[in-house]
Amino acid sequence: MSDYAIQTEHLTRYFGAKRVVYDLNLSVPHGSIFGFLGRNGSGKTTTLRMVLGLLAPTWGTSRVLGHDSQQLPPQVRARLGYLAEGHPVHGWMRVKDAQAYQSRFYPKWNRDMFNTVLEFFRVDPKTRARHMSRGERAGLCLAMTLAPEPDLLILDDPAIGLDPVARRSLLESMVYATRKADRTIIFSSHLLADIERMADHIAVLDYSIMRAQCSLETFRSCVQQFVLRFEDKPPQLPPIRGVIQCIPQQNTLRLTLVNVTQETRAALQRLGAISIDEVPISLEDAFVSYLGGSLQTVRLPQLTQEAQLAGGVR
Amino acid sequence: MPLDLSIATGSAAPIYRQIADQICRAVATGQLVSGEQMPSVRALAELLVINPNTVARTYADLIREGVLEAQKGKGVFVARRRAVFTKTERLRRLDAVLEALVNEGIHLGFSPQELCEALERKLEQLIPSSDKGAKP
Repeated sequence: MSDYAIQTEHLTRYFGAKRVVYDLNLSVPHGSIFGFLGRNGSGKTTTLRMVLGLLAPTWGTSRVLGHDSQQLPPQVRARLGYLAEGHPVHGWMRVKDAQAYQSRFYPKWNRDMFNTVLEFFRVDPKTRARHMSRGERAGLCLAMTLAPEPDLLILDDPAIGLDPVARRSLLESMVYATRKADRTIIFSSHLLADIERMADHIAVLDYSIMRAQCSLETFRSCVQQFVLRFEDKPPQLPPIRGVIQCIPQQNTLRLTLVNVTQETRAALQRLGAISIDEVPISLEDAFVSYLGGSLQTVRLPQLTQEAQLAGGVR
Repeated sequence: MPLDLSIATGSAAPIYRQIADQICRAVATGQLVSGEQMPSVRALAELLVINPNTVARTYADLIREGVLEAQKGKGVFVARRRAVFTKTERLRRLDAVLEALVNEGIHLGFSPQELCEALERKLEQLIPSSDKGAKP
């Protein structure tokens, strides 16, 4: 059996002439909590739908729990839990109707899990789904996704539209879901705080292309920020490999770099600064710099699985 | 005394570092005493609402550094001895933090005299006089 719960090769999808996912090699390790990042319209949902076999790729392949996504037998489907974007529910159903309906589709149904998740979200079981708040609906959806005890949990932007309390309930449910050893969770999100709490691995999609795939720690250690102090106005920055952001101020340059090497350090030294200090950078700042406006001007090195770790560790 | 850990997202320090620092601090200040049992990985992960792998990672780091120790089948405990580092290594580590302290202090405009006094006050605050001289 493969070491990955999800593995795609050259996965590509066009809608007409529009490229939505391009040449994606995604590898989600078994037992990981995998954060799937990227701006709106970057291709995350389309990728997840192809992984689930709900959408055919234009070319490329996808395997999930060792099986071809396009030909999943029902026994394998039963091991996948999918929370679709936007927390869709059948409006007329009450909690018990929803449970009675959904549970028939699965060989396993864990009522404790179902009830625990509803409690995390404080859902009153008597409410009809259409009268539920966004948070309650999210709770119901998540409870229905988790009760069949899936081996692989695919959550498409589960935090969308949730208030801070419901978001916390969501994270509590996710931590609770990891009680089953070896369960893999992949979730897409825009909330870096949630990624920071939950993810051990991440992939970053941008304009249909994968820009990074590595452990969260590798990502953090590969993106570094330096402040260079000068006697006078800072000089014009010559091309330096790995610079992704440059903010000149009165007599300083604030540089964000990826994959800093000896060579990069030497290039920084040559700028003639009085001092060069590395300043700590938050995940959010690292992410925004990485995907931020400099896209057109700087070609970014690809962060790959642990490959660049040696160069980036402080 | 129950261990009071908390984490902040959006900080420049990764979560595993934040927890490790707080545990080390609690050990240094006697809030955690040797032989005391740590919460299980799962319990701490659920309490802090974070990835259990992060807690496991922190514990593994601290076990390697000799702050905590794992007892097979029983759990993780605060280590008895902390003689994991050689004298030279301890001095090197101390020197690194002292250098940061002095640099920062001078930069903020404190005199050497004031820095010494501040250090003494901090020592008094964190390690009350009755404990002084007690070998760790």
